[in-house]
Amino acid sequence: MSNEIEAIKDPGLPAHVHRKADTDPAAADRAERQVATLFGISALGTILLIVSYVFIPDDVFIFIPVMGDQNAHQLGLGLGMAISLFFIGLGAIHWAKTLMPDTEVVAQRHEFRSPDSDRKEFVAAVKEGASASGLGRRSLIKRSLGAALGLSAMSPLLLLRDLGPLPGNELEKTTWKSGTYLVTDPGNRRIKASDLEVGAVAQVLPEIADPEHRKLSDIAKDAVLLIRLRPQEFNLEPEKLAMTHDGIIAFSKICSHMGCAVALYEQQTKHLLCPCHQSTFDVTRAAKVIFGPAARPLPQLDITIDGEGYLVARKPFSEPVGPSFWERNSQ
Amino acid sequence: MKRLSRYRRHKASGPFLLLLALLAIGATFSVASAVTSETTQVVDRSAQIEEGRQIFLKGCSSCHGLNAEGALIAPSLIGVGAASVDFQVGTGRMPMADMSTQAMRKKPLYNAEETAALAAYVASLAPGPEIPSESSLNYERDGNTAEGGELFRNNCAMCHNFAGQGGALTQGKYAPTLMGVEPKHIYEAMVTGPQSMPVFSDKTLTPAEKLSIIKWIKFAENEPNLGGASLGRVGPVTEGLLGWVLGLGMLIGVAVWLAMKAK
Repeated sequence: MSNEIEAIKDPGLPAHVHRKADTDPAAADRAERQVATLFGISALGTILLIVSYVFIPDDVFIFIPVMGDQNAHQLGLGLGMAISLFFIGLGAIHWAKTLMPDTEVVAQRHEFRSPDSDRKEFVAAVKEGASASGLGRRSLIKRSLGAALGLSAMSPLLLLRDLGPLPGNELEKTTWKSGTYLVTDPGNRRIKASDLEVGAVAQVLPEIADPEHRKLSDIAKDAVLLIRLRPQEFNLEPEKLAMTHDGIIAFSKICSHMGCAVALYEQQTKHLLCPCHQSTFDVTRAAKVIFGPAARPLPQLDITIDGEGYLVARKPFSEPVGPSFWERNSQ
Repeated sequence: MKRLSRYRRHKASGPFLLLLALLAIGATFSVASAVTSETTQVVDRSAQIEEGRQIFLKGCSSCHGLNAEGALIAPSLIGVGAASVDFQVGTGRMPMADMSTQAMRKKPLYNAEETAALAAYVASLAPGPEIPSESSLNYERDGNTAEGGELFRNNCAMCHNFAGQGGALTQGKYAPTLMGVEPKHIYEAMVTGPQSMPVFSDKTLTPAEKLSIIKWIKFAENEPNLGGASLGRVGPVTEGLLGWVLGLGMLIGVAVWLAMKAK
């Protein structure tokens, strides 16, 4: 064991290995034919594309194993274009690999820094340009150009403003008011408490004057799921029980985690499942979270019936529906 | 008369007369038998219920109780109605093969007649949803595909997938695929709410709307896959998997070939 450190020697380039095509003319001819074949296949692909476009009607379906029933027209177009492009590439690379010269060439890197003479020349050119433009003397041009450039920088700000307006307290409000009727979605029909059997669910929205022009942004907050259980199946605090009507309980359909529509109701277990992240809510315990990432129960809508038996909201939601946001008071 | 007798000895006259006679007999018989079957139906009602009770005692009572009152392992069948029985037994879900989390669709154990008898027996216990008649299920005439699609996305898609392919629920339960399901069974499932599925009341989802949903499901069933393989129609999961495995695999293959030196 010696402690002397030896510099690693430059191994140099490995010996050049000749390809078959370099030494054997027959092999070179074979490679040429291979390249020509690949280009030929590409040409056939283009012909397939043209034939498919012109002659195959666009409503014919053919069965291809594994892929199933296929639209022949589209298949011909796609396959034809794929073949024509892919085989041009294959041919070109095969050509380069087998026939084009592959001897190693050594090229020295030059210095990054420009020669001093070039640098001097550049500085002189900039100075000359600056004096020729007369910016130093003609202050009117300088100022107006400054103003124009400065103002043009304002336009992105205006575009950014279009990301707004800020939602304000819109996130905390829904269309549900005291006395809003529950209506079916779609259909916009009022619902009687007696319309729902035990085990039934209904997707409902608040009744509005012009249901034809209900805004999607409103539906995203207003959607409610109505579920009927046997009243004795509830396991609720008295104030939550008072918000139900004869076994009918209403929850916001918007998940308190990320705002997906929670509507996978399992009738036997009385669980509501959110399809996005598997948050699971127990309907009998006021949508308590029993599994998954949701942090809060689904907001419960206080419902009752009017004189004719139609379901109606007694109060708006007492908390913002849907996922958390910065300004939300989570108490 | 003279004209008729001219053809009397024609070589085709024999077979022609035979055909006429057969047609006449057949028509008379079918009319007569239709009449009798209608009259006997009422008479056979109680016999059918009794037959259903016998089948029930042999095949169902060990779980559902001798009087269909239910037990710890199986719900009461009083008031579930004929539609529920027709769905559960007609799709082979009942009787269950084993006590797994969910009764699966399989080859029905009972034939149509026995299923009808069972349904009649259960319906006789207490009123419940009835089996929809053939004429009330004319979804081609009474349904609206576009409306059905909207209703499906609102009421069904979260469990059964946006293309009706079915999907997972909690703890091993699942919503089955709707492809290839009889319209009658789809209707009965909506009315009765089998297993994990909730009930869709006739007032919140009217019979016409239910038919629209069925029409849309049948439309989705027959919709060709313009892109070829459907990949289960479950969306980005299989598409992404295929994209990564096949697409990237091909890219890697090409990259390896690119870097290989020619011999």
